[in-house]
Amino acid sequence: MSDITPEVREKHWAKTKNLTILTLIIWFIFAFGIHWFADSLNTMTFIGFPLGFYMAAQGSLVVFVIQIFYLAYKQGKIDEEFGVAEDESET
Amino acid sequence: MSLSGGSMKGSDFIKNLPKIYGMYTGGFIAFILLMAVLEQFGMSADTIGIMFVAFTVVIYAGIGWMSRTMQVDAYYVAGRQVPAVFNGMATAADWMSGASFVAMAGGIYFGGHGYLAFVVGWTGGYVLVASLMAPYLRKFGCYTVPDYIGTRYGGNTARLLAVIVLVVASFTYVTAQINATGTIASRALQIPFEVGVWFGLTGILLCSMLGGMRAVTWTQVAQYIVLIIAYLVPVFWMSNKQGFGLIPQFAAGDAVMRLTELEALHQVGVLKATESFAGLKALTVPHVAAGTGMAAWKFVTLAFCMMAGTASLPHILMRYFTTPSVKAARQSVAWSLLFIFLLYFTAPALATFTKLQVLDPNFATGIIGKAFSDVAALDWIQKWSAVGFLAISDSNGDGILQINEFFMRGDIVVLATPEIAGLPAVISGLVAAGGMAAAMSTADGLLLAIANALSHDLYYKMIDPSADTKKRLIVARVLLLVIGAAAAFVASLQLTSILGAVAWAFDFAASGLFFPLVLGVWWKRANTQGAIAGMALGFLAGTLYLVNIRFLGGDVWLGIDHLRFAIIGMPVSLIAMVVVTLMTPEPDAETQKMVDDMRVPKGDTVLSATH
Repeated sequence: MSDITPEVREKHWAKTKNLTILTLIIWFIFAFGIHWFADSLNTMTFIGFPLGFYMAAQGSLVVFVIQIFYLAYKQGKIDEEFGVAEDESET
Repeated sequence: MSLSGGSMKGSDFIKNLPKIYGMYTGGFIAFILLMAVLEQFGMSADTIGIMFVAFTVVIYAGIGWMSRTMQVDAYYVAGRQVPAVFNGMATAADWMSGASFVAMAGGIYFGGHGYLAFVVGWTGGYVLVASLMAPYLRKFGCYTVPDYIGTRYGGNTARLLAVIVLVVASFTYVTAQINATGTIASRALQIPFEVGVWFGLTGILLCSMLGGMRAVTWTQVAQYIVLIIAYLVPVFWMSNKQGFGLIPQFAAGDAVMRLTELEALHQVGVLKATESFAGLKALTVPHVAAGTGMAAWKFVTLAFCMMAGTASLPHILMRYFTTPSVKAARQSVAWSLLFIFLLYFTAPALATFTKLQVLDPNFATGIIGKAFSDVAALDWIQKWSAVGFLAISDSNGDGILQINEFFMRGDIVVLATPEIAGLPAVISGLVAAGGMAAAMSTADGLLLAIANALSHDLYYKMIDPSADTKKRLIVARVLLLVIGAAAAFVASLQLTSILGAVAWAFDFAASGLFFPLVLGVWWKRANTQGAIAGMALGFLAGTLYLVNIRFLGGDVWLGIDHLRFAIIGMPVSLIAMVVVTLMTPEPDAETQKMVDDMRVPKGDTVLSATH
């Protein structure tokens, strides 16, 4: 463990935090933001659905799935960048 | 340590997983086809139902037997060798309960847009699991969630409080699951409900007792495959047979629009029921209308409680302790949600189609607005009324069935859809097997979470730290048996009016555990005293509010009803934790180093591999 210096830890954590905050902002919009306005969105349609209904039935779910795959990919890149990813032998 | 079951061990087994489960899936499909053929040769629907439930439960028990183990890390965390995709399937089965499988589409049928808050909440929660919890807890190397709380914050008080919240939340949930296995087993096997409950429990214990987490993991993967096939096949079949479209999830849009027209025609929401039947409801809520103000507030608060609860429920978090690496834990959350998504984005389509078939006079299946006597003569109406799941009554005596004269239980939307749509009996048998798989897999995970917390955290860490491996694993199994029996006993009493909704489990977990778990990773300053205050006061505030509004007739504040009591518990937990932490000294250097180590994937786990 001693080969990770405090500066590297700090930078790695700062970048991790930024990614997490970005993730949570997008999550917040699709978890709550758009559903608050579902009634107004229902005046529009998307692939045949009223939009507000669509977002709750499918739209937000799609965003969540993509978000988590992206998060896993991006965090893996950050870990590699700072040399704090697991050794391949461990996985 | 050579006592472990040979066939479920080693890297060969892991490498061959796709092949093994591929063959299993092929075998299951062959079984479905065989049943379909036998149906043509005159096998009765009842026999087909029995075959489906018995065959699948025997397979799960067989997997449980092959996965038996006497190793601590295999028992608690499946030896930490479950690949991300397979752990994703296991988590999806662990997650999707009898409630998701049987009740969700029915909830949407009756609740419309408002009920979709559950769909959004039970998927969005995984964003919190992936970003705030799972990878860090995996790096920590704990066996159970209280193991993490107890080590991060130190001291037996914090550990004990985590155990208490876990037990209350999970036990609330597990009785509902055993209840569901009892209902399905009793209907499929034609045995009394009380016997069905014990049959269900026996199946559940066979899957978990001998092999702990390892056995539960490999049975849950098998159960996921059964439940997802059982959910999707009828919907695809119905969508194509009734001419909605090839892909039901995309074809549902037009059906939703048509439904809105029909609701105006049938005066949904205008006509109120003038009679009442125990446990049954008439449709009074429009499908799409979302509302503003209070309706929007109720939507987002419910979604929030379910999300925070998802990220705090130990039986879900502990699934991510079984992956081979931190990276795999992260990927595994993504796979979990993808597998859950397959069912969750199908449920609204299923609800929409079923409702349309009942409401649309152009369909042969339409009943609303038809002559009362014709509807009363229908097979499925008679069958489901006979068991009290459905009722029709010509309240205004005009000889026509109106929307407010048709009553049913939400559960039957999934169970009866094959019959409403006129699908063969083999599909009903398949759906019963799917419901059984969903309820059993969730019950397994919950029972194991409770028993492991009691055996590892309460017994081994607090009562008898010198116990050897054999003794620990025997205690773990005895506890599993006792808790399972207790849950089955409570379920067999059918205290539905006292036991709450599944949502309560999420609110309990979120009130007590969410902030201590999150801040343990994300706030290095968080200390023992703060965590104790956060868990105790948050859990207490939520529980007292629930008791007050539910049992003592207290006022509901701002629409925060019994499904949403974490809206009270969580802020109390956060404030208590922050204030008490800041009033007391910061954690020692060792704890702070623990947090540093948790935040980077590289290096050994904080707790040693076997502890």
